[in-house]
This record gives sequence, C-alpha cells and structure tokens, in this order.
Amino acid sequence: MPRFSTLANPSVFLGITDRVLPWLAALTASLFGVGLYLSFFVAPPDYQQGETARIMFVHVPAAWLAMLCYTVIAISSIGSLVWRHPLADVSAKTAAPLGAAFTLIALITGSLWGKPMWGTYWVWDARLTSVLVLFFLYLGLIALWDAIEEPSRAGRAAAILALVGFVNIPIIKFSVDWWNTLHQPASVIRLDGPTIHPSLLLPLLIMAVAFTCLFLWLHMKAMRAEILRRRVATMTMRRVSEAAELKAAELGA
Amino acid sequence: MDLGEHAVFIWAAYGATAVILAALVARAILDERRQKTALARLEAQGVRRRSAQTHDPRP
Repeated sequence: MPRFSTLANPSVFLGITDRVLPWLAALTASLFGVGLYLSFFVAPPDYQQGETARIMFVHVPAAWLAMLCYTVIAISSIGSLVWRHPLADVSAKTAAPLGAAFTLIALITGSLWGKPMWGTYWVWDARLTSVLVLFFLYLGLIALWDAIEEPSRAGRAAAILALVGFVNIPIIKFSVDWWNTLHQPASVIRLDGPTIHPSLLLPLLIMAVAFTCLFLWLHMKAMRAEILRRRVATMTMRRVSEAAELKAAELGA
Repeated sequence: MDLGEHAVFIWAAYGATAVILAALVARAILDERRQKTALARLEAQGVRRRSAQTHDPRP
C-alpha cells in the first residue's frame, strides 16, 4: 500500500485527481438533482414557517461548508507549519476563497430567511456576528496570500492566522447555546439526535452531501490549478535565469 | 409551484446560491485551463522543470 506521503506528491495528486474529478462531478450533479427535487416537490411546508423553510436546504449546507472549509484550512495549516508540505500549503490557500463563498451564501440566504421570519434582514446576535467574523477571516487570509509574493512565506503567515482564527469555529457552533440569540438552536447535530422531521431531514442531508461533493470537486480543481501555477512560475524564473546566464557568458567571451 | 407569500425570498435565496456556485465552478475550470495553456507554452519553448530535466536525454 502506498504511503500517504507518496500520495501527497503533487504529480501523484494530479494523476489521481485527473481520474477522480469526472466521477465526482457526475456524483455532485446527481445529488443536486435529487436534492433539489426533494427540496421543492417532496418536502412538505414547515408547520410553523411554511414554504419559507425551504431556504434551509441551501442555507444550512452552506453554513456547514463555511465551517468545514475553515477546518480544512486549519488542518492544512498544521501540515504546512509542522511538515512544511507544499500540498498542505496549496490546500490551505485554495480552500480560503471557497470558504468565503460558502460563508457569503450562508449570510445572504440567512438574511433572506430572516426577513420574513424575524422581520429583519440582520441582527447583531452571536450566531450572525460570529459568521460575519468568519467571512472577514477568510477575506483576511486571501489578502495575506496576495500580499506576500513568496508562497512559502505567505503560507507560514497565513497558517498562523488561520490557526488563531480557528477559535471562532466552536464559537459559531455553540453561540446558539451560550447566548440568547434570534437564531434557532441546532436541530440536526445534537447529542439527543435530530429534532427535525424525517421528511425535511432527508432532503437536507442529501443537499449537504451535494454541497460537500461540490466543495471537494472545487477544492481539487483549485489545487490542481495552483500546482500548475507554481510550476509555471518556477519555469518562467528558470527561463529568465538561463537567459541571464547566457547573456553574461556572451559578455564575458 | 406555489411558494406562498414569501416566494420572492425563497427564489432570491436559491438564485443567489446558484449564481455564486456557478461562478465558483466557472472560475475553477477557467483557472486550470489558463495554467495548462501557460505550461504548454513554456514547454513548447523548450523550458523544462527540474524534475523533468533529470530524465532529459539531451546533453
């Protein structure tokens, strides 16, 4: 059996993902098809919130992915800081824009759900504010990566920021238990089991798996592009230095 | 499909999600394609990666 470090070689990664990505794309599209059908045509209206509860089928998976992306960044950051693995660096860098996008979806859909249910698009309560902080953390990570030109230095700085910011993830998760918030408490991931009716839980879980598969596809695709970008940068540098050496040799002759 | 009095909020939520996810997919495809093109151009100019050069039979 190949060692993990062999699989994490960039060239091996490109080969494996080349074969996996088409299947993952097909699986993602199928899951979205089934999930959307169940969300709109099978799931009944909620007994309290009516049809508006259908926003849950995109809002909740996006919110879960917003936290999962940051967890991926934090784990990759440990790989980057401890083992200095280039793929860990690439993983952390490419997950940040995806996390920002999923967080933005969670914020927008949450606001659109909040207006008819709470009478307002936004309140500064613990859950909403901590998710907004997560969005700014993602923007900070993206800005940090862009501000430092040398990838390994940018990677180390971003990894430290990512690990410090990870404290926000449990705050988001438990904010609805620790403080009084307008946001409803957890209804799926609970110690005493889900409190949501199975007719709504099934579409939600299928949409959550669809979102997760989409994230995996996007992440692998972005990692491939980043690996190629670094190869292009290295080869461009090599060409420039070879041209400079040639010029120097000509002048010396 | 009748989504009731709040239909506009439901459609707006799904619409915004679709737009953002479509943008992510398009960005992923275009970015990889751009890097592949740049790599192919450099290789066509005879530039090789260090790892590729070790197998290069040229002197």
